[in-house]
Amino acid sequence: MTFTLRVNGKAYEVEAEPETPLLWVLRDNIGLTGTKFGCGIAQCGVCTVHLDGRPVRACATAAASAVGHEITTIEGLSDDNSHPVQRAWIEHSVPQCGYCQSGQIMSAAALLSRTASPTDSEIDSAMAGNLCRCGTFLRIRKAIHSAAEMAKSSGS
Amino acid sequence: MVTEMKLSRRTLIRTMVGAGGGMLLGFHIPGVFAAMVEPRPWTTPTDGIEINAWLTIDVDGTVTIRVPHTEQGQGALTSVSMMIAEELDVPWSSVQAVFADMNRHVNDGEEYIATTTYGSQLVRTQHPHIMQAGASARERLKAAAAQAWGVDRVDVVARQGKLTAGDHIADYVTFATAAAEITLAAEPTIKAPEHWWLLGKPTPRLDVPVKVNGSAQYSIDTRLDDMVYAAVKCCPVPWGRLRSYDFDTIRERKGIIAAVELKAVDGNTGVSDMQNGVAVVADTWYRAKTALDLMPIEWDFGPEVAVSNDSQAEEARLLLEKTGDVSNEVGADVLGILDASDHIVTAEYHRPYETHARMEPINATVRVTDERVDVWSPAQDQALPLRVVAEHLKRNTREVYVHTTFIGGAFGGNGGGATAVTRQAAEISRHVGRPVKVIWTREEDIMQDKQRPPVHARLTAAIGGNGLPEAFFSRVVWFSHRGVERHGPATADQSIHTMPYLVPNRRHERHNAVAHIPTATHRAPGANQNGFIIEQFADEMALAGDWDPLEWRLEMTKGLEPWQRVLLKLKEVSGFTTELPKGEGMGIAIVEDHASICGACATVSVTRRGRLTVEKVVLVMNSGYVINPLNSTEQIEGSVCWELSHALYGGLDLRKGRFMNNNFDTYKLMRMNQMPDVDVHFALSQDGWWGGIGEPGGPPSPPAVANAIYFATGKRVRSTPIANHDLSWS
Repeated sequence: MTFTLRVNGKAYEVEAEPETPLLWVLRDNIGLTGTKFGCGIAQCGVCTVHLDGRPVRACATAAASAVGHEITTIEGLSDDNSHPVQRAWIEHSVPQCGYCQSGQIMSAAALLSRTASPTDSEIDSAMAGNLCRCGTFLRIRKAIHSAAEMAKSSGS
Repeated sequence: MVTEMKLSRRTLIRTMVGAGGGMLLGFHIPGVFAAMVEPRPWTTPTDGIEINAWLTIDVDGTVTIRVPHTEQGQGALTSVSMMIAEELDVPWSSVQAVFADMNRHVNDGEEYIATTTYGSQLVRTQHPHIMQAGASARERLKAAAAQAWGVDRVDVVARQGKLTAGDHIADYVTFATAAAEITLAAEPTIKAPEHWWLLGKPTPRLDVPVKVNGSAQYSIDTRLDDMVYAAVKCCPVPWGRLRSYDFDTIRERKGIIAAVELKAVDGNTGVSDMQNGVAVVADTWYRAKTALDLMPIEWDFGPEVAVSNDSQAEEARLLLEKTGDVSNEVGADVLGILDASDHIVTAEYHRPYETHARMEPINATVRVTDERVDVWSPAQDQALPLRVVAEHLKRNTREVYVHTTFIGGAFGGNGGGATAVTRQAAEISRHVGRPVKVIWTREEDIMQDKQRPPVHARLTAAIGGNGLPEAFFSRVVWFSHRGVERHGPATADQSIHTMPYLVPNRRHERHNAVAHIPTATHRAPGANQNGFIIEQFADEMALAGDWDPLEWRLEMTKGLEPWQRVLLKLKEVSGFTTELPKGEGMGIAIVEDHASICGACATVSVTRRGRLTVEKVVLVMNSGYVINPLNSTEQIEGSVCWELSHALYGGLDLRKGRFMNNNFDTYKLMRMNQMPDVDVHFALSQDGWWGGIGEPGGPPSPPAVANAIYFATGKRVRSTPIANHDLSWS
């Protein structure tokens, strides 16, 4: 079937079976490859995107269920690495292989949009669904605190 | 350290890295996705003047460094660029990195000498020839300027991109063309560490900016015109056979193009393997994967369907009673001393199979045409898929182009592990006549991975009158792949037969048992399993002789400077003590891996009901030298997570000849809420020897944690995953 998805503020008409995971529509139909495939069963978080600002695992979200909702992917977070989470990720030198980081960043951005100054344990519970095989967790936690500070000081 | 925020366009361009063959990754701007998601066929970057294979200089002063290694998170792009910039003497802000052209390397005399990215060896063993490439370019620039200015080369100063002599001054690029033509009478030697201006300073990685916005290209992101997708299933029991499949049941499904049978290529004799299986090809990967799941397939599992963790444990039990190959023997009749001793310590340890599970599932894209073959593969050595595809398709290596991308983790598993999938993609592309991207599901990625071998060990020591061991005996059984000897047999009991402890009489034996499960290197091979074993047994020996574990290690490594340096620093920074209330514990361990010595002190707490929290791990690394303390610290932090993941939660469940836990719901890895604080220190000998950094941080953490658990609970955990043990106490 054919349906329309709104991704990063743009409308895309896609042809796919309605149950196709949003992940594959984003990557293969639309060509937004910043969102990654990791497990296919919502266990690793590398496919995390925002649906109306909430973090969802795109590998376990039927594409057709996203019709009418605003989808944001890593490519839509900012034009110039200026989102506080991206700036903090650079400041703390978070990525190693980098493969999981799109998902980490989208989970972190969603956390900060609902909790301006999260505690360590709030960070841990919000980020527990995002695996990182390189083991960058400590820098992620520090970067989320920094991003919270940046967002506060810039008044956004 | 805090990195200055640099968000100007100019600065960002400087820190971009090439991917997909010479294409510089654009900083992400919405609306130009299409230009960025299609890696182009390889063309050597033409901007700038090439002084040698490693670098070009552009008119605006940009120095482009061609990195022949892969970037899988270990920091190769930055490390290689730093080493060359150090010698060339150019502003670090003028440096950009691209991946080098493997076709040129393979066909034109292997100018880069080594393209391998394993063994934590990029810096420790390859810095001489990498730095030399930068030094040679610098001296040739000076020689060209000297000729033009009529002065001696020694009177020309090359500093930060400028050549000066008396009143003469010029940018490097002015003499770049002339320098490329110069042959020096004698090549320069590389700088001694005391003259470094860039190396040794914490330097942010070049690849960070493209890894926070989705623009970094991985092999799995390859998109080509007319490309189709393949999902594959190989026999769940390795080396089993495909009996039949029924393509007719899925043929009419939307988007389905073909089914292709894959026949095993025996890795025992070749550089790669491919298991027996079948691929379904479709216009999208999800359609291919869904149809493959629905397609009836019958396998002949073969006799190895009977193999399990339990059957291997039984085999190991029998082998542990038999004399093995002697891997090291020191002093007098060890078995005689043990027989006569009235103070024996003995214990058996076990580590199971572990898998790599790098976050980027194994994949490859191959386009076969009459003129050329293009390859995208997450292989740790990019020359390898080029050669594998040429061999598999019987093509001249000059016609095969590998497009290097970022790799979403490798950890020793993307050597042979990624060439199997590359062979599959080549085979399928040839069959369907279109470019094909093969992606393994996570389940396939784990089941078909080349795994870390399991190990069973028995260690025995006789404690002498001074409380120190006077004789030590080890017998180790591990199961590596039949016929594959290259990562064994010495690795089987590495860290045990190479232990530093000065026991006067030692005998080490090993059995290299074979299994049908393909095995491979796995971050810190040998040390990763056996560090857990020898370093817990060190505590067992120390406590049997009534020694403090840290003092015992200092005593037993007397005179071994690199070890003493680590242990003394660990003593200074860790606050190690055995005097904590029950339920709390500290443990130490020290392991050598890839020529580096790393010590760890772990602090744990265990509730009465047995709930374990690893609070903190303090590490002290002696790698001789460090060129980038920032990246080195990151690597060590990550290594702790890597190795504790396996020790605490991992362990593959081998039953019926195959792995039953093959996704992250059942093969558990460490998550953020389980990650301990990590505190990294360096204690560098700086004495002429170099050790690795990417791997040695891992092995001491699990035994340090297990030793801490002992002090917290009185329970000795001699197998992993630790999560399977009852740690309750009263």
